[in-house]
Amino acid sequence: MTTTTTDTTTPSPHEPAFPMSRDGKCPFDPPPRGLAAQKEAPLTRVTMWDGSRPWFVTRYAEQRALLSDPRISADISNPGYPSPAPRPKGSGSPLSFILMDDPEHARLRRMVTAPFMVKRIEAMRPGVQKIIDDLLDEMLAGPKPADLVEAFALPMPSLVICRLLGVPYSDHDFFQKNSNLIIKRGVSPEDQGAAMGALIGYLHRLLALKLEQPGEDIFTDLARRVDAGDLSAADAAQMGVLLLIAGHETTANMIALGTLALLEHPEQLARLRDSGDPALVTSAVEELLRYLTITHDGRKRIAIADIEIAGQTIKAGEGVIIATDLGNRDPEAFEDPDTLDLERDARHHVAFGFGVHQCLGQPLARMELQLAYTTLLRRIPTLALATPIDQVPFKNDASVYGVYELPVTW
Amino acid sequence: MKVILDQDKCVASGQCVTAADTIFDQRDEDGIAILLDAEPSPEREAEVRQAAAVCPVLAIRLES
Repeated sequence: MTTTTTDTTTPSPHEPAFPMSRDGKCPFDPPPRGLAAQKEAPLTRVTMWDGSRPWFVTRYAEQRALLSDPRISADISNPGYPSPAPRPKGSGSPLSFILMDDPEHARLRRMVTAPFMVKRIEAMRPGVQKIIDDLLDEMLAGPKPADLVEAFALPMPSLVICRLLGVPYSDHDFFQKNSNLIIKRGVSPEDQGAAMGALIGYLHRLLALKLEQPGEDIFTDLARRVDAGDLSAADAAQMGVLLLIAGHETTANMIALGTLALLEHPEQLARLRDSGDPALVTSAVEELLRYLTITHDGRKRIAIADIEIAGQTIKAGEGVIIATDLGNRDPEAFEDPDTLDLERDARHHVAFGFGVHQCLGQPLARMELQLAYTTLLRRIPTLALATPIDQVPFKNDASVYGVYELPVTW
Repeated sequence: MKVILDQDKCVASGQCVTAADTIFDQRDEDGIAILLDAEPSPEREAEVRQAAAVCPVLAIRLES
């Protein structure tokens, strides 16, 4: 045997704790301990709150290899599945198929893939443009400074996903509050369990209502599948919660944090604002996705067979955390990775993950971000931060990174 | 160049359509990729290679 395995019971004194904290020097950079670990080795171990020591995968090539390896499982019910915090008891698999393996994962995912396909998302462009224009009209008519998160970044994707799913936007405060509790670090398992329970209950009621008052939306389709016996009511409700959370939290954070990153890189901002080139808009969005990688808690997996990789053996039953925020800053995959360069080809980034679980809503996210950044900069060419950047409240305590508020003026 | 697409692997990410929309499409019922042109012309080669490179499940194989 030529490979070595690390002792799984005794943590080395240099082993970083996970999740790691950013240092605040550059709010867009991954945690320094993560970057240092990446420099040292493609695989290391981290220590978790419960004393467990999952593998920590730092480099792009190994990340892609593992995320597309069938010996790597996303099934949260496997004992030893890495969890960055205590989990609520008895909640099953509340985030549906993203925490399952094939064939069940594929069966459920394929029920909701059609509405997110590229041509159907492209057909939504005019409607999304209208939502963006209306929100910006309202913001521009209001007082300065304005909070870009509240006025634009959050309501925009929320209105879009509500329309696509068939959720009344008037329920926004309710699901926003509860989904925040689910993605926030440091919330007690009881409170997280209660938030999940509230959302699941809401979905059950909404899906029942969809049978009586059907619409042209995803939840009506799910309700019909339940009615036809193709899908259990519990699975449908969990899928609904997943789509609701994933559909607005992530895009909202990308809009606000991406705008801040552009404001901090005025030359890049000017190039994007003044260029009419659609290719630059496309590459700018991919680069911002790469540079910011807002899902900064790593993709959590568990090995279901021994895997030899990079001179190490990941043993069956060992947890694996794949730090895609670090993979997107790997100099082997992206030249000069810590520089934001809107013109680079960043399309191979792993901000949407990789493998069978890669983001289902990515065509929607791309379209929303392309329209959001360009419309914002075109309509408000003098957009400026209305506070020093060190006063901006960053989401260091959430599993999806971003800013809580972004005071802007013009 | 010959393109081989494994639809059983496909997870409907839409990456191939975004990279090369004259070569790939998605079927209406579930977004699974379909091949529009299995033998693309040389000027399409770069974008087809890009599509194969970004497919998250490596479902696109290229033969020269």
